[in-house]
Amino acid sequence: MSNKDELVIAGKTYQSRLLVGSGKYKDLEETRLATEASEAEIITVAIRRTNIGQNANEPNLLDVVPPEKYTILPNTAGCFNAKDAVRTCQLARELLDGHNLVKLEVLADQKTLFPHILETLKATETLVAEGFDIMVYTNDDPIIAKQLEDMGCVAVMPLAAPIGSGLGIRNPYNILEIIENATVPIIVDAGVGTASDAAIAMELGCDGVLMNTAIAAAQDPVLMASAMKKGIQAGREAFLAGRMPKKRYASASSPIEGLIT
Amino acid sequence: MQVLINGESHQFDNDMTISALLQQSGLAGKRVAVEVNETIVPKSQHAETRVSEGDKIEIIHAIGGG
Repeated sequence: MSNKDELVIAGKTYQSRLLVGSGKYKDLEETRLATEASEAEIITVAIRRTNIGQNANEPNLLDVVPPEKYTILPNTAGCFNAKDAVRTCQLARELLDGHNLVKLEVLADQKTLFPHILETLKATETLVAEGFDIMVYTNDDPIIAKQLEDMGCVAVMPLAAPIGSGLGIRNPYNILEIIENATVPIIVDAGVGTASDAAIAMELGCDGVLMNTAIAAAQDPVLMASAMKKGIQAGREAFLAGRMPKKRYASASSPIEGLIT
Repeated sequence: MQVLINGESHQFDNDMTISALLQQSGLAGKRVAVEVNETIVPKSQHAETRVSEGDKIEIIHAIGGG
């Protein structure tokens, strides 16, 4: 594929359209290997309290996913209101030496982990004013997706299905509507289960896919990371190629002329 | 002096700075961010910011997440 097919987020160019999380791995070595196999360039991390006085020599996540090599995307996972999400982003910016790119996710409900849209909008307003570049997790509502773009988010990330569910794209027509309306990158975030799900998202015309559990909870996470990379590439190429129209009846691939009768 | 660090009470005999606190906690040189009473203390100010009795301190880092 041409090198010109790049993903641009907040002015930075990426070759990979696969974005990966760093959670749920067995250990940091598996995190490192799976992240490398995915060839992702944007890696999400969570912001949490340190253990005081314990495991002082334990390796740090950022030692295996170094900010010098990857674009670190701190998330606000676990935040259920705008105030906590904003505070988490501010801490993340301090932690990462002024890095402004964040993944905003404000959750509404433990069972579904669906986004709390009202709090998400509130947090977006504050974070935009504070100069953050926001990649926002949202539901697959095209109206809200457009609203978040209009408010200044640098990427809009609708869910395909609930976080960690692996159910695949439940509402492709809404995702398509979101893509067609957008002028910022649309990245499916959450819900893919396997490589074909990632390919379907890309065939719809998504700019990228962000996933974590689909890789980390596979039997062989490193191999699945590689499969996802290929699924994303295949789906992207198929989208750019433009698929054939669907037809109800057969159409022979071999010519009719010259048949031996 | 008693302070609350990450929600737990800690007792210190002497007055100290954020830098000294991180040193004592085995976090010197680690990638962490510090908040005192809900206000971020930038890394550049760790050496001169003093910890006071009753401070609520948060020390955070990055961990795996999606």
